[in-house]
Amino acid sequence: MEVLVFLVPLALTLGLIGLMGFLWSLKSGQYDDLEGAGWRAIADEEPNRD
Amino acid sequence: MQATRDFSHYVRHLGSGLSHIDLAVEGVSCAGCMSKIERGLSALPDVTLARVNLTDRRVALEWKEGTLDPARFIDRLAELGYKAYPFEPVRAEAVETEQASFLLRCLGVAAFAAMNVMMLSIPVWSGNVTDMIPEQRDFFHWLSALIALPAVAYSGRPFFGSALRALQARSTNMDVPISIGIVLALAMSVMETIHHAEHAYFDAALMLLAFLLAGRYLDQSMRRKTRAVAGNLAALKAETATKFVGADEISVVPIAAVQAGDIVLLRPGERSAVDGSVTEGQSKIDQSLITGETLPVKAGPGTAVYAGTLNLSGALRVRVAAASEGTLLAEISRLLENAVQARSRYVQLADRASRLYAPVVHAAALLTMLGWAAYGATWHDAIVTAISVLIITCPCALGLAIPAVQTVVSGAMFRAGVLLNSGDAIERLAAVDRVVFDKTGTLTLPELDVTNAADIPQEVFELAGRLALASHHPVAAAVARAAGARTPLSGIEEVAGQGVRGFVKGQEVRLGRPSFCGADQIANEILWRDPEASVVAFRHGETRHAFAVRQRLRLDAASAIAVLRKAGIEVEILSGDREPAVCHAAQSLGILEWRAGVTPADKIARIDELKRQGAKVLMVGDGMNDAPALAAAHVSMSPVSATHLSQATADLVFLGDRLAPVVAAIGFSRKALRLMRQNLWLAAGYNLFAVPLAIAGLATPLVAAAAMSGSSLLVILNALRAHRGAKGFG
Repeated sequence: MEVLVFLVPLALTLGLIGLMGFLWSLKSGQYDDLEGAGWRAIADEEPNRD
Repeated sequence: MQATRDFSHYVRHLGSGLSHIDLAVEGVSCAGCMSKIERGLSALPDVTLARVNLTDRRVALEWKEGTLDPARFIDRLAELGYKAYPFEPVRAEAVETEQASFLLRCLGVAAFAAMNVMMLSIPVWSGNVTDMIPEQRDFFHWLSALIALPAVAYSGRPFFGSALRALQARSTNMDVPISIGIVLALAMSVMETIHHAEHAYFDAALMLLAFLLAGRYLDQSMRRKTRAVAGNLAALKAETATKFVGADEISVVPIAAVQAGDIVLLRPGERSAVDGSVTEGQSKIDQSLITGETLPVKAGPGTAVYAGTLNLSGALRVRVAAASEGTLLAEISRLLENAVQARSRYVQLADRASRLYAPVVHAAALLTMLGWAAYGATWHDAIVTAISVLIITCPCALGLAIPAVQTVVSGAMFRAGVLLNSGDAIERLAAVDRVVFDKTGTLTLPELDVTNAADIPQEVFELAGRLALASHHPVAAAVARAAGARTPLSGIEEVAGQGVRGFVKGQEVRLGRPSFCGADQIANEILWRDPEASVVAFRHGETRHAFAVRQRLRLDAASAIAVLRKAGIEVEILSGDREPAVCHAAQSLGILEWRAGVTPADKIARIDELKRQGAKVLMVGDGMNDAPALAAAHVSMSPVSATHLSQATADLVFLGDRLAPVVAAIGFSRKALRLMRQNLWLAAGYNLFAVPLAIAGLATPLVAAAAMSGSSLLVILNALRAHRGAKGFG
């Protein structure tokens, strides 16, 4: 059962990384244009990156 | 006089030497458009950002300050084939966006915590029946508490806040029992953990929160989408005025930049965007949007014009008045204020359900506690059982029952061309048993149309349409529109007050008054048949034709009204227009009840009378004179062409040239109400099944988790049925 010492913190850390990632993506406006984002992914070339 | 366009009102200065503008763009619908626009705009020198938002149909632009005129972007987009308008974000929309991202953050936190706590709960559940030692279980419980408490404190705020506000106002809403349930569940779980007990409900509390937040977020995002479209439409409706910035110098400015006392130019064919009085010029004006009267009125110095007035013949200079100066407008504002105040506060279905629900559940929990105590259980056990009753009845399904249906239905309405202005409009619309229509602009199309197009040879029609493009007169514009003309003829001369003329292959062509074209006889024949029509004549060499132009009924008006009547909904017309015109419309639509020449006050009086008779009235209108009646009615609707005041007052706005969305909206809302009721019954049925278990003390955390997610899924699946539209009416 000593394995819990690794597993629990590991699971929580992974979860937290996911949460941070989500909050970051929200903050950087990635949910502002869900329709457009879908199309941008399959566009031939990135039309405008500055 | 060449007008310059001044969009500086819309430009935001970002500091760091950059300027920003948002444009609403028409016709952006695919990925191709997106990259075409972004490439086209980025190619302009000094543009640092050009990004299309496909969901909202907008472009955000940033450029180095002072290097470019924003009008340049609009021209560039026009070259690319898109119509664009500067866009001013409305405060309400900014608030909604802010709230949506707050809900999404809460949802993210709640979902993260729910999943992690569930990961810790499953070993406990399986360990309880195998060989988990109590220390391990306590460790897992403490860990769950560590995750759950901060997560609930963060992501429960939307519910706690709203519950507190309701309690402060000495009322109750759905969030009160939700908050009580969550807080008690957590408090009990912590106590149980301290006492090394077997069961803790951290997972149930968090799962409940995550489900409810998902429902709220979906509801909110649908509303936000509707609002974005409504905002674009407001921007697309040319809200500009031609203002005199010098003695003879004019500039096109957004309406927000016009102040009382400014002089604006109103050209023939233009709609006034301001209220004011004429200082110079003679013309005929069409006040139909304001009063419902379709016959043009003479205007000269001193005549009052209102926003929405259409100028027909000559150019006018108008001094802008402060809003309160116009007597008609002041009168309408006063009526509107009264009507809004008098509108009884409608209690939403969800709140009515929670008013019934909360006392019953809380009483049941109290009785459970007392019952167990009387039966000889310890107080600790009695309280734990009582709280588990609260947890299991915690209105997970109940909290989702209504938002889920609302989300699906407002999405379906959106696709049918109906935008929701107010959240409870669906419920109110479902109760409607009488529809009161305004005539001008509501039953009829907002723009004039040629009624005898079938009698005129195709090539004549086309030529007349191209000639008509040279004139600003609304009647000529109707001919051009009906002919679908795109390419104007060259070398056309305008004869003031008569019409336009020019030469095609050496033959003279004329379009204008019948006398100007020598077509009096044909014109009189048309007028004899249809005295309400305006006639414009066309002459090409020696062939003469006359076009009958009038306000035309919406194409599907008759069939839409037939559907309403068939569904047992009574229909009537209340119009400010003259009797013959209203009578004609009523007869051709088969409407038996109509009133003509009605003032705004009369409209309210009629609606109040209907209310007293117990009718639930849907008012559909577009004019400024309809706004008070729209506010007074049980529920109201406006076409998208309506004046601002009416559109802001109406509960729903419908798009397009047809009346079908009105019918569809009623059908959808009735179906929605049915599904909402069904969902409430499903939730109640679930409680009937689960509560006895909890009272008997059998509601373990596992049972609570299974019951909650099961009932939530059930109501969500049931709500999805709203999607499939409203073919069966009633």
